[in-house]
Order: sequence, then C-alpha cells, then structure tokens
Amino acid sequence: MISLTPEQLLFLLRGFGWTIALSLLAFAGGGALGFVLALARVYAARPVRTVVMLYIKLIQGTPLLILLFLTYFGLPALGLVVEPLPAAALGLSVYVSAYLGEIWRGCLEAVPRTQEEAAACLALNWRQRLIHVILPQAMKIATPPTVGFMVQIVKNTSLASAIGFVEMVRAGQMINNATFRPFIVFVLIAGLYFALCYPLSVWSRRLEGKFDVAHR
Amino acid sequence: MRYDLDFAAPLTYWPGLMAGAATTFGLSVSATVLGFGLGVFCAIARTGRSVAAARAVGVYVEAIRNTPLLVQIFIVYFGLASVGIKFGAFTAAIVALVINVGAYTAEIVRAGIESVPRSQLEAAQCLALSRWQVLRHVVLPPAIERVWPALTSQYVLLMLASSITSQISTEELTAVANRIQSDTFRSVETYLIVAAAYLALSLVMRLLFWAVGSMAFPRRRRLGTPL
Repeated sequence: MISLTPEQLLFLLRGFGWTIALSLLAFAGGGALGFVLALARVYAARPVRTVVMLYIKLIQGTPLLILLFLTYFGLPALGLVVEPLPAAALGLSVYVSAYLGEIWRGCLEAVPRTQEEAAACLALNWRQRLIHVILPQAMKIATPPTVGFMVQIVKNTSLASAIGFVEMVRAGQMINNATFRPFIVFVLIAGLYFALCYPLSVWSRRLEGKFDVAHR
Repeated sequence: MRYDLDFAAPLTYWPGLMAGAATTFGLSVSATVLGFGLGVFCAIARTGRSVAAARAVGVYVEAIRNTPLLVQIFIVYFGLASVGIKFGAFTAAIVALVINVGAYTAEIVRAGIESVPRSQLEAAQCLALSRWQVLRHVVLPPAIERVWPALTSQYVLLMLASSITSQISTEELTAVANRIQSDTFRSVETYLIVAAAYLALSLVMRLLFWAVGSMAFPRRRRLGTPL
C-alpha cells in the first residue's frame, strides 16, 4: 500500500465495485434462469427434463472461461455487438444457472412427497401447491447452499478480466503494469476478495448449523 | 444475420489442439496427485492433536477457499517472481493449482476422517496399534473411500479450472484455442471444439477416478456398493 497512490487505490476500489455489481448481475440472471431450470427438472414432461439435464451437464462440463469467450467473441461473429459487461454478465449467468438449477432441484426434491400429496388432497392446484406448500419449505433448505455458491460467483467474476472487463483483477493488472509491484497489488486484491467472500462463507455455515438444529 | 459454421479452419490446427489437450491433462493429473497428497496431509494436521497445526491449516483453507484462483495464480507467477522466487509458467501453474486444490481436498478428507466412528479408533488402540498404524490402516482407507465421489467432482472441477492458467501463458487447451481463434477468426467454432474437448477430458478424468477407486477399494470392487 506504501507504493500505491490514492488515485490507484481509488481505481482499484472502483474495480471492487464492479466486481460486486457483476456478481449481483450474475446472481440475478443465473438465479432467474436456474429457478426455471430447477422447476423444469422436477415438474416438466420427460423430454424437457432430459433436455434440461443435458444443458446442465454440458455447462458444468465446460470451463467458465470458454463460456465467457463464447459469449464475448462468439456473439459478435453472429452479428451481435456486445460490450464486455453484458458479455460477462451473460456468460456468468449461463454458468450460474446450471449450478443453481442443480442445487435448487435437490432442494425441491428434498421437500417430503407427503407435503405435496396432502396439498393435492386439499384440492390446491399445481401453482398453489408450489407457492404455498413446496417453495416456502424448499427455500429454507436452499438458503445455505445458495449463500455458499455466492462465494463461487464472486470469485468467478475475476475471469471477466480475461475478456477485458475492468473489474478488480483487471484494475489490478493495469495498476501493476504501471507500478511493477505485482506482489503488493495482487495480495491486496486477494484481501479484498477475502473480505467479500469470507463473511458469505461464515454466513452459509451458520445457516447450515441453524437448519440442522431445526431438524434434529 | 446468417452465419455459416466452418469447423474446417480451426480443425486444421488439430496437432496444436492435441498438444494443448495433452498439456491440460498432464497439468490436471500432476495437480491432482500432488494436491491429493497435500490435502490429506493437511486434513491429518487439521484433525490431529496439535492445536497450532490445526489452526494453521484452518487459516490456509479459508484463505484459499475465499479468494479466486486467478488471483492465486497471479500471486504465484508475478508476485513471487517480484520478490525473487521465479517459476516458469508451467511450474507456476502447477504450484498454484496444487495450493488451490490442496485446500479443497483438506476440507473433503477432513469430513471423511470425522465420519469414522470413534469406537473403531478405540478398538484399534486396544489392539496396541501405534498412532501412525491407526491412521494408515483404520482411519484413512474408509475415510477416503467415503469421500471418493466428492473428490472426483473436485478434481474434475480442477481440470476445468486449469483453463485459467492460460492467463499466464501456459500452453494448454484454452491458450491454444485463443491462438487459433486469433489466426482464423473462427471464434465460435474454435471454442465449441474446445468445449467438446473439455467435456471429453472430464469424462476421462471420471473414468480414471472410477478405475483408481475400484483398484484402491477392494470392498467396493467386490460389493459394488458405496460405503
């Protein structure tokens, strides 16, 4: 820090802000798509379920970096002009959707079947069963792993630097190119990521503990 | 807009792609073997008697699990070089991947060790086995067998994450892809081919783990059931 000027620190903090913004975008986009995928995986017709399963396997078997390159270099080849931010947000959303879809599918299936049967006996239709019976219980189960996965999202936004989006790592690279102090710059960045991720990790663990107690 | 896919152009670079895939595979296997060793060692320290060692491992695990691999790679490659510890890109990639996956392995194996019933430890102690013998024959085999599926997933993720080492110019699959796409301007096709290659590699990794697992755990080989 001794060797960084206030301007450089400010630049880094702006990158920090973009890291948070990109994480939120990826979580929102990936969460929305992932929710649909989870529902489709549990309730849709068999062919749809198979397609969704293949999608999830395909995305989970591909490195995020390749997904980001596909959105950033691929979409312009198809005639769409994309800036780094939307490309990164799109690539991350696709990636996040596959993982959250799979996590949330597990949570939906973890709600005891008898709950849904009882709701059906009360003549609730599918939407009512979902909204009033299944989802409230599934959400409780889903919270700890979802918070845990947020850590992955925050960390993975660092890859957006590879397609030229100026988030924290990219900002750090630029500062490093000017100052040639990689150790200080990157350790500082690691510290900032830690400050962001560690509270989430602790929160996730605490939620897990709380959930365990409720069901013991 | 119409776009015609042309896989022929990037596929003329197939020797490069094969070399890249081989590098990715070599990188992943070395990092897996070394990271497994480091992880098991840390897990033993974490569950052992020494409070200081357990705490040190705890700090290491939390520090690694809450920072991005990309930053860890940069610290190893650029950061350490600036304070006098220099690696080549390939070595730096392996060092960073081992340090990274060691932390995850430690957590997974720790869960396995803690799942071994206390009574088995007590029984082993009653047979006058030394601490090392208890660890070697009573604790570790079932612990690792139980977490083998989790370890498999973790090392497949490691293989996918090795793509990040392209950022420090390790000549693995992703770096090769970047070069091909800037030569041919066939980015969609190039990255689709490489995505398929990664899928194939992850299947190979799973197969390898299955084979090693059924060799290392005779109980599973005979009964075919999880522990």
